[in-house]
Amino acid sequence: MFGLSFDQLLDIALTAFETIAILLAVVIAAALLIWVERRLLGVWQDRYGPNRVGPFGILQVAADMIKIFFKEDWIPPFADKTVFVIAPAIIMFTTIMAFAVVPFTETIGVVDLNIGLLFILAMSSLGVYSVILAGWSSDNKYALLGGMRTAAQMISYEVFMGLSLLGVVLLAGSFDMRVIVESQAGMWNIIPQFPAFVIFLIAGCAEIHRAPFDLPEAEQELTAGYHTEYSGMKFGMFFVGEYLGIVLISCLITVLFFGGWLGPILPGFVWFALKAGFFVCFFVLLRAATVRPRYDQLMSFGWKILLPIALVNVAITGAVVVAMA
Amino acid sequence: MLNAAQTAWNATSSVLRTIGMTFMHTFRKRDTILYPEQQPYLPPRYRGRIVLTRDPDGAERCVACNLCSVACPVDCISVVKTEDETGRWYPETFRINFSRCIYCGYCEEACPTYAIQLTPDFEMGEFDRQNMVYEKSDLLISGVGKRPGYNFYRVAGMAVGGKDKGEAVNEAEPVDVKTLLP
Repeated sequence: MFGLSFDQLLDIALTAFETIAILLAVVIAAALLIWVERRLLGVWQDRYGPNRVGPFGILQVAADMIKIFFKEDWIPPFADKTVFVIAPAIIMFTTIMAFAVVPFTETIGVVDLNIGLLFILAMSSLGVYSVILAGWSSDNKYALLGGMRTAAQMISYEVFMGLSLLGVVLLAGSFDMRVIVESQAGMWNIIPQFPAFVIFLIAGCAEIHRAPFDLPEAEQELTAGYHTEYSGMKFGMFFVGEYLGIVLISCLITVLFFGGWLGPILPGFVWFALKAGFFVCFFVLLRAATVRPRYDQLMSFGWKILLPIALVNVAITGAVVVAMA
Repeated sequence: MLNAAQTAWNATSSVLRTIGMTFMHTFRKRDTILYPEQQPYLPPRYRGRIVLTRDPDGAERCVACNLCSVACPVDCISVVKTEDETGRWYPETFRINFSRCIYCGYCEEACPTYAIQLTPDFEMGEFDRQNMVYEKSDLLISGVGKRPGYNFYRVAGMAVGGKDKGEAVNEAEPVDVKTLLP
């Protein structure tokens, strides 16, 4: 068929299967996060959270999904229809695309790009369009304000996110995520690259606009920010897109700083899931514990504190790598 | 420079401390009462379902004076008066529309005979609105409610049901206003 040998066809089929499996696992994990987050927030607010539907309330996800699918999918008459519809798809698309280069174990992973890390940064940059276009096409003051904040926030924090990762790249000598994990066999990057880890954690949080950096949606000031006018499954896509973002950033922290699948006794996938799960919970804890900074505080914190630290970190790491070589 | 370092340290430590304190809530007792399985404590004076009580002798307390109906801000009480052969007033019908009732308790305050009382019970949900209309037979209970031992006609100076003027508890003999002699 198409001049391909049987082995090549088998290879294609296996890759396709693997891709679909990873896609499903990631989306299901993101959907489950709706429940996980509500339960954990409950735990940290001395409540129970949703515990009625199914065992421990885990079927709450299904109930929410059914509800959101049957909601009226309303497009405001004053909105720019095409853009309005495309915007929520972009965030899902870019976030899911970024998972393509994440190595889950030694063998599982869609593709090993030698520019893996750059690919992820590129995809997260493209994700900005989703929020800005949503804010613009809604033709609503709150949405536009949210969109503008997002533009400023995500573009600035991308700078530190990229710079903080340079240290990791210097140590591994490659942008390939798999090589980065393998380079941590002796020592996880968290120890030599601790400042980079902190900056990446903060910038990652801002990049997926999670609390405390959820200024684009800031309920108290902007009703719902950029997705004020969205309803039904279009809102659901922003919602799931945000959770996908949490999963992605947790996976990235695991891969870049905590040795990915590396770990004793347990199989690689379990280690990966444990580490990523820990950071997912940590992001929820951050939401439960921290307060949202003011917009100018967010900007000055980024440019005046994170940027110098990131630059110094890159300089020192570079010097050490050169000296050791 | 030292000042800036101090500020940075304060900010960082306060954020970390907040995160730690929030995390410690994992081990606290839950505040939620798991309602249908676990019943909440309702104080005795809770303003819930409205009942009509009886006096200690087992007779109805309500004298159909309509004060509750007048006091009701949402007009959910309707009373029709009747009399027995001794001249004592009774409600012929006593109807409360609980789909309008706001459980303010004004009826209880207005009642001169402590007949109408609010009780600590709120589980009155119905699928059919019509079922929220309670008739006298639904409202009347066989107990004395919150006022044990109180009987309006024993302390009131009204001649009713074989009890004449001046025969009530703590009541003086009626004064003959037609004579000047003490």
